[in-house]
Amino acid sequence: MKTAISGLDVRSAASLGEALTVMRDDQRTPIAGATDLYVALNFGTLEPRRFLDIWAVKELRDISMNGSTLVIGALATYTSLIRSPLVARHLPMLVEASRQVGGPQIQNRGTLGGNVANASPAGDSLPVLAAADAVIVLRSADAERRVPITEFYTGYRATVMRPNELIVAIEILPIEGKQWFRKVGTRAAQAISKIVVAGVRAAAPRIAFGSVAPTVVRVPETERSLAAGATIDEAALVLSREIVPIDDIRSTAEYRMRVATNLLRRFWAETG
Amino acid sequence: MKFVLNGASTEVKAHPMARLLDVLREDCGLTGTKEGCGEGECGACTVLVDGEPVCSCLIPVAQVESADVVTIEGLGDDHPLQHLFMNEVGAQCGICTPGMIMAAIRLGATPTLDDIKIALAGNLCRCTGYSAIYRAVLKWKGMPPAPSRAEGTVR
Repeated sequence: MKTAISGLDVRSAASLGEALTVMRDDQRTPIAGATDLYVALNFGTLEPRRFLDIWAVKELRDISMNGSTLVIGALATYTSLIRSPLVARHLPMLVEASRQVGGPQIQNRGTLGGNVANASPAGDSLPVLAAADAVIVLRSADAERRVPITEFYTGYRATVMRPNELIVAIEILPIEGKQWFRKVGTRAAQAISKIVVAGVRAAAPRIAFGSVAPTVVRVPETERSLAAGATIDEAALVLSREIVPIDDIRSTAEYRMRVATNLLRRFWAETG
Repeated sequence: MKFVLNGASTEVKAHPMARLLDVLREDCGLTGTKEGCGEGECGACTVLVDGEPVCSCLIPVAQVESADVVTIEGLGDDHPLQHLFMNEVGAQCGICTPGMIMAAIRLGATPTLDDIKIALAGNLCRCTGYSAIYRAVLKWKGMPPAPSRAEGTVR
């Protein structure tokens, strides 16, 4: 481990109220499952030095229905998402995505709120949430606000979150149409994605990609062309003009473009 | 900091952000748990926390306050799965072995080969090619051996 822990300061919160009070008075970086944060700690690339451990805040673990809205607590782990009958019924593409996050050890600790907050363009759950038009529920000691996921990210690893806010839940309205998810990485388990896609096949299709831009992205022009009855070849051409993948350590722009258009075709063929 | 370690209540004085891995090895003297990659990719440091396999390199020890932690030492020296890893040559260099065993230990009564592959998907082995490991786990559960070259893969 390359980070000297003696210089780190951590407080633990046992309840949401306590956590929000700490965030109001003494802003700190929240830690939940630590599956991203401790990788940075081990590599010596962790910048924050003051933390608030919210792992024990049980009230953020629930997965429930509020009327017809699926409400996923920010601290729901991938394992709990995989095991949840409510998620299986209302958002099966999130079950599929959760199964492909790391291995069981990571699924047991990593949380959905953590994946949202970490804001990686490669976050496996984020295209699912974007295609589902998820709403991120943010709370501070004084207020609560709801931000659509398509407005949540402002750039690479940047979000609209204020320093005193915590993500408390992710809300999903009912989804009509067949859901689809696919992740392409170096190997099936334990890989960070080269490209990841989620789609909802409906009269107005909803399609989101990860790892093709600084943030997760919807592809509205491609969606509109499909909704207007374009052929899949035409839609693939629209997609190739709409996304601008890059070269990086995990893949090349050329490979990602080819795979993205192939995945669009696969989505359309398998949900038709 | 108090938690239950291999069935015995334990108290350690450690920084709350210390990795569980380091506390186990250095403060508790239990060196069966290995450090591999230090980034949650290899599974060598797998232990059980409240019955679930986790990477101890990614857990601040503060998060196991009052929890039940089981390491490879918690199985004793005579566990049937340990013997099967030896007898089936599921261990070669041995670095991945404690993590493999701790990732497999919570499998249900009659796992399929796919169940085993999923349970061990977070554990890397650079020696065995995995077949001997799957053989050891299948034999432990009294399941028939897999075909010599397993058809298809999961995950």
